[in-house]
Amino acid sequence: MPDTPAPRKTDIGPPDFRQFLPPVITANYGKWKYHEIPRPGVLVHVAESGDRLYTVRAGSPRLLSVQTIREICDLADRYCGGYLRFTSRHNIEFLLTDPSKIDPLIADLAAKGFPVGGTGNAISNIVHTQGWIHCHSAATDASGIVKALMDELVGHFTSMHLPGKLRVALACCVNMCGAVHCSDIAILGVHRRPPKINHERLPKVCELPTVVASCPTAAIRPVRKEGRETVEVAEELCMFCGNCYTVCPAMPLNDPLNDGVSIWVGGKVSNARSEPAFSKLAIPFLPNNPPRWPEVVAAVVNLVDVWAANARKHERMGEWIERIGWPRFFRLAGIEFTKQHIDDFRHAETTFRRSVHLKG
Amino acid sequence: MSDDKDNTPKLDELETGPWPSFVREMKRAAGSNPMAGDLLGVVELSYDDRVGHWKHGGIVGVRGYGAGVIGRYSDVPEQFPEVAQFHTMRVNHPAGWFYKTDALRKVCDVWEKHGSGLTNLHGATGDIILLGTKTDQLEPAFAGLTEAGFDLGGSGSVVRTPSCCVGPARCEWACFDTLAFTYDITQHFQDEIHRPSLPYKFKIKASGCPNDCVAAIARADLSLIGVWRDAIEVDQAAVRQYAADGVDVGGEVCGRCPAKCMAWDGETLAIDNGACAKCMHCINVMPKALRPGRERGACILIGGKAPIVSGAMLSSVLVPFMKMEPPYIELKELVGKILELWADEGKNRERVGEFIQRVGLGNFLDAIGLQPQPEMVKHPRENPYVFYEEYFEEEK
Repeated sequence: MPDTPAPRKTDIGPPDFRQFLPPVITANYGKWKYHEIPRPGVLVHVAESGDRLYTVRAGSPRLLSVQTIREICDLADRYCGGYLRFTSRHNIEFLLTDPSKIDPLIADLAAKGFPVGGTGNAISNIVHTQGWIHCHSAATDASGIVKALMDELVGHFTSMHLPGKLRVALACCVNMCGAVHCSDIAILGVHRRPPKINHERLPKVCELPTVVASCPTAAIRPVRKEGRETVEVAEELCMFCGNCYTVCPAMPLNDPLNDGVSIWVGGKVSNARSEPAFSKLAIPFLPNNPPRWPEVVAAVVNLVDVWAANARKHERMGEWIERIGWPRFFRLAGIEFTKQHIDDFRHAETTFRRSVHLKG
Repeated sequence: MSDDKDNTPKLDELETGPWPSFVREMKRAAGSNPMAGDLLGVVELSYDDRVGHWKHGGIVGVRGYGAGVIGRYSDVPEQFPEVAQFHTMRVNHPAGWFYKTDALRKVCDVWEKHGSGLTNLHGATGDIILLGTKTDQLEPAFAGLTEAGFDLGGSGSVVRTPSCCVGPARCEWACFDTLAFTYDITQHFQDEIHRPSLPYKFKIKASGCPNDCVAAIARADLSLIGVWRDAIEVDQAAVRQYAADGVDVGGEVCGRCPAKCMAWDGETLAIDNGACAKCMHCINVMPKALRPGRERGACILIGGKAPIVSGAMLSSVLVPFMKMEPPYIELKELVGKILELWADEGKNRERVGEFIQRVGLGNFLDAIGLQPQPEMVKHPRENPYVFYEEYFEEEK
């Protein structure tokens, strides 16, 4: 590596956030008194000083071109003195001090195709992964399903008529870089066939002990095949997690005939009322059917509709199901309960019903 | 550039409809960037044959770092040569995702010049994701980013980019300064973020209150969640106003309290704070009337993760309450001990939560010098197979 004469900056870390805070925040940092949601997508935070900060929240596709980011910056320059932020769910937030600018900003956002909402008892933006845009282990696409689904659910983004908050997330495989496992509704890409081993390539590109150790069910064993040190998979033990593929590219799981989507419900991360909880399996498998995944969209819309029609105020999906019981949930949602719904991994017995408290 | 980019009927379908379209974004970038053009072609191909077309990473990165770049290669490079290499850069975001537009524009300029012109704002770790470039563009892009004041975030077996909620910048419920903490700990761990030295990833997330807006309990190995220890502050006049405005204080506030620690007689809201579970429900419903108490800090939890390898876990309580004041010495010493122990004893690709399962929480506490506390468990053990290291012997 040749020496580069110019000093090379490393390990500078991120920019200090303080330089990006609008003056109203700097002046009232840590001194906010309360907030209200005057209309969907608009928050007003009132400081102890009496200062008011208005936030306008807009949905985004997460995947943004530099051209669109510059347009978003133009709006922030025009209405917010150049200050904006993003939320943990990919929403854009414009930070204003002049309430008379809210309507013109929302009109400009609408003209550019950005819906305003995602506050209060609404669906917020769908947290999701890369899918076929960039991932090697994706069992489904991410952006496409999210777009098709939000086209149907956008009315719940721009209003606040749902019983409680609705957090939907999508991960395109069980690696879950989207960490969907604690969502009201989780859409999870699943593989359903064991890896197809490339015995010629495997000894060249993979480390055998690492591959063997990668399997959580000890399904992978070293073998000698045609003079090559390689591995075999006890297929009846494989649960299609893909961990072996992550450590060894010669063991791909992708299978267009058998890959697809599962739907999970009732998880949450907030401590409000009930404790944080994992999502539970509602629908084991739906096919990949691009570009609009109609089976997945219909299944999720049905779950939202059933919950919205039956839940009490503030009740999240999981709290509602806990109240009415899972048998009734499956009946109301019209979903068949199958062998796949019963856990058979570690600690499965803790999920079996060990009482006769059977809700009708 | 391949001609196939102009023929994308399936993706074109996703330009229609009310929700903003990622396909429109790809096409906008493709107007001036051949990489984005070929990306359209690859994704359309995936929509036709229902399978991804990206291969494993391989080792690519910027000089002196072992993290921050996700290597990616196409499995159809002849058809789409512009994305034969399509590596992603993770750029450490400012705490709370606050920006001034001039800074964001600089990032755009770098990525227009050295990458696909496509981004994610933001990725699941919290980083700015710069989506797709060629190997020879990584170093110039990195130089451009550092010139603009940005640095790469974590990837692989490192301390990942810490992230946090909006905190005291815009939230009245923040029980500690999540942004100042996140900025401080990120600077503190620069070496551990950029240079892999751990068994697997280690994520740190900070939420200012038990609403946990960054999903710290589910998405982080080390989860900091703001809590208070004293009494909820009550403005009784404001409670009465909520009641007058139609809030069913008895039913929808007291009735949903998981600790059943509140009562409403139509005039006064009474709270038994000793029984309060600190769940936030009442405060969420009546933010003008109720506030977290004044003795504030964070609950430190450990072990959250997604399913890979041995099943998903939520973080569990490690320190029930810690004051969170700069320079955060107690927290940094604790994290230092955890990382040292896990780096020495953890297996390859074993998250710290799985490591604790394997060695036992009690032994883990011994090793990092923490006392067992009843807050750490839902209930004491039910299983009578108890280990002892010490026992009595007859005196000789």
